[in-house]
Amino acid sequence: MTVEKIRSDSESFDDFPAGLRVLAVDDDLICLKLLDTLLRKCQYHVTTTSQARMALKMLRDNKDRFDLVISDVHMPDMDGFKLLELVGLEMDLPVIMLSANGDPKLVMKGITHGACDYLVKPVRIEELRNIWQHVIRKKKTEPKNHNGSADQGNSDQLSGEGNTSQADQNGKCNHKRKDEEDFSEDNENENEDPATSKKPRVVWSIELHRQFVAAVNQLGIEKAVPKRILDLMNVEGLTRENVASHLQKYRLYLKRISSVASQQANMAAALGVKDSHFMRIGPFEGLGDFRTLFGQGRLGSAGLSHYRTGGMLDPLNTPNVSLHNLSSSTLIQPNHAQSISALTSTNQSPSLFQGIPPLLELDQLQKIKCGTGMSSFNAIDNSRLQSKFSDPGAAINILNSSAHMMQHGNYQRTISGGGFGNQSSQNMDSFNVGFNTSSNLLDSVTIQSARTEPVSLLSAEPFHSQLPMSTTRDNGLCDGPFLKKNPIDISSTTIPFPLKDSRGMQCREGLVGDVQIIDHTASQRWGEQGQTYGHSLTASFGTLNAHVAGNGVVSPLSQSLNQDSGIIKEKMGVFINGRLAGGANLMLQNGNEKVSTESRATTNDNFLLEQQKLPSAFAPRSYDPLDAMMNAMIKRDQDEAIRNCDFGFDDYSFGAGI
Amino acid sequence: MQRQLANMKQSLFDQGYLDEQFIQLEELQDDANPNFVEEVVTLYYRDSARLIQSIEQALEKSPLDFSKLECLMHQFKGSSSSIGAKRVKSECTQFKEYCRVGNSDGCKRTFQQLKKEYATLKKKVEVYFQFARQIGPVEKACRSK
Repeated sequence: MTVEKIRSDSESFDDFPAGLRVLAVDDDLICLKLLDTLLRKCQYHVTTTSQARMALKMLRDNKDRFDLVISDVHMPDMDGFKLLELVGLEMDLPVIMLSANGDPKLVMKGITHGACDYLVKPVRIEELRNIWQHVIRKKKTEPKNHNGSADQGNSDQLSGEGNTSQADQNGKCNHKRKDEEDFSEDNENENEDPATSKKPRVVWSIELHRQFVAAVNQLGIEKAVPKRILDLMNVEGLTRENVASHLQKYRLYLKRISSVASQQANMAAALGVKDSHFMRIGPFEGLGDFRTLFGQGRLGSAGLSHYRTGGMLDPLNTPNVSLHNLSSSTLIQPNHAQSISALTSTNQSPSLFQGIPPLLELDQLQKIKCGTGMSSFNAIDNSRLQSKFSDPGAAINILNSSAHMMQHGNYQRTISGGGFGNQSSQNMDSFNVGFNTSSNLLDSVTIQSARTEPVSLLSAEPFHSQLPMSTTRDNGLCDGPFLKKNPIDISSTTIPFPLKDSRGMQCREGLVGDVQIIDHTASQRWGEQGQTYGHSLTASFGTLNAHVAGNGVVSPLSQSLNQDSGIIKEKMGVFINGRLAGGANLMLQNGNEKVSTESRATTNDNFLLEQQKLPSAFAPRSYDPLDAMMNAMIKRDQDEAIRNCDFGFDDYSFGAGI
Repeated sequence: MQRQLANMKQSLFDQGYLDEQFIQLEELQDDANPNFVEEVVTLYYRDSARLIQSIEQALEKSPLDFSKLECLMHQFKGSSSSIGAKRVKSECTQFKEYCRVGNSDGCKRTFQQLKKEYATLKKKVEVYFQFARQIGPVEKACRSK
């Protein structure tokens, strides 16, 4: 009720707070009577009841009947705090608590439950004379609350920083962080905004996103400013703020894709499906890309493949993108589903992508990126790989391998390895060294065939798809770049992934019992998919491995592989579990540092954790490194199962195969 | 007469049977509510009688259900404080404290004390009101001052 309304209800205009409609609830009849009299003395309109339920009924019957509720704390039929909560939730009226007990703890409880005030019995009239202030205060703050919406704020922030998002990517690996900032900014902005109506949250449907991307592309990504985008889109009800915040996310996504692309390639090979997981790691974005990269298939959206490419394009430019990009790509993928569908059925992708509304965009991006990415990837990969791997040691190898692989033009190879995969193909040797001897395996497998399948990254299906993905990558370029990137990331991420890859590879070789199974898939995939997957996977794994291996990814990998697929699993698992998203991200790009780092950490952690667990599970899956990774990643996000399963590989889609 | 009444009231306050809350009640009494204080007090007697009985029953159980006792006493305390029954209120507080620590004997002892205080208060207030009624409108006028 507004003040005006109150006034109208009361006898005279100047009478406020007279006429305030109060509902008093207290099981103690004496107190109730006293309260009644006191309130009437203040010239309020009083309604009393000793039953809390009756009070609720009265309130529900007519939400506009009362301005204020005073309730006792101790009541036989309902706890006063409960009533307080209900009234606050349902009717959003100010509630004053009343009790003979003035214990500060109880007072605190009242406040935390949302009470406007807490009075101690016996109540004095002076205290009641001021209760109207709560009514006014509540009315004043309501509109503000409605207005505040993160989106708004974000958009403001976004528009302000048009390009910062790019920069931010690296700076803020956390997309979340950005969001949070946006949120706060948003609120600030909102509060300043005198709008009185609650702005509905804008849902970026695929169609809307498509329009958005079209507008952005039309303007040119550099020149795309919210206002112009909004004009181009010409959508009713869409505000500049909405567009701005969306744009920011989109930019992040692009970044991720680019970095992820390279990584993905690598990872994909290695990971295979887990990609989904990977993707998951990153604020969604990371995964998205990843997913797209890897699990294009998985992601379920052909888009993924697109994404990948898109994402991959950047890879060269933004190492960071890798995972992150991947994720984003993957994210996009779900929507796209078209290209990737083949890849891995990243079922998860959809979920992964969920976060990424601009999937459409990604898609486009990917397409663009893929093309360019690939070539660049190779180049980058190499460099990256080197750098990246150096980290974990093996990782680098992997990366290098991947890089090499990439260079070969078989993205797939490198990528498929994901680090491992790729390596195996090309550098598998190097990889192997680090990771596992089997890396060669992957290498061969993936590299060769890797390229063939564009899906490579995504390897929609558990590794298989991944590998193929990598191959497809060639087509999509994505693979290539991914791989490159991934390798790098992988190393940095120290994702045990490399191990995985190797495992995968090894699997193939039959490193581990479990791995063997994976081998099949992995090898198959890799070969086909292209290394990209392998790479990505490996990359991711590599990184994982890096951690794991720490010591030379290679060896650990192989060893682990040999020793027990478990290790790989672990790594993978970790990788997957963790974060496949994270890991993937990591792998993808160290660049995406943020994303990857996070993922890495997670992956690693998970990995480690997983390690113990997965051993067997891993085998089957893991080997589609990229696929697995992708899948894993994707899946992971989607379902926890993976975790249980084998690290997460399950998610990967590795697991699927595995 | 009025002075007698006033003295009576004053002694009640001095002896701590009643506190400022009672004055508040009296202040609430006006033409619109001529017998407000008496109404409230009567209500109090009724309610407290019920509570006292419940508490007594609960005290006969073994072992004592302290949380229930505490809850009952809380109610009693609330209404007592609403009318300004100072001494009764302090006994209630004491009782609750014994409940909190789980002192059965303390509870029982305190309760006996509480009943005594309650009885005394009731008697005195009854006398007070009777006197006030005798004095009649004049008293009312005085009281509302």
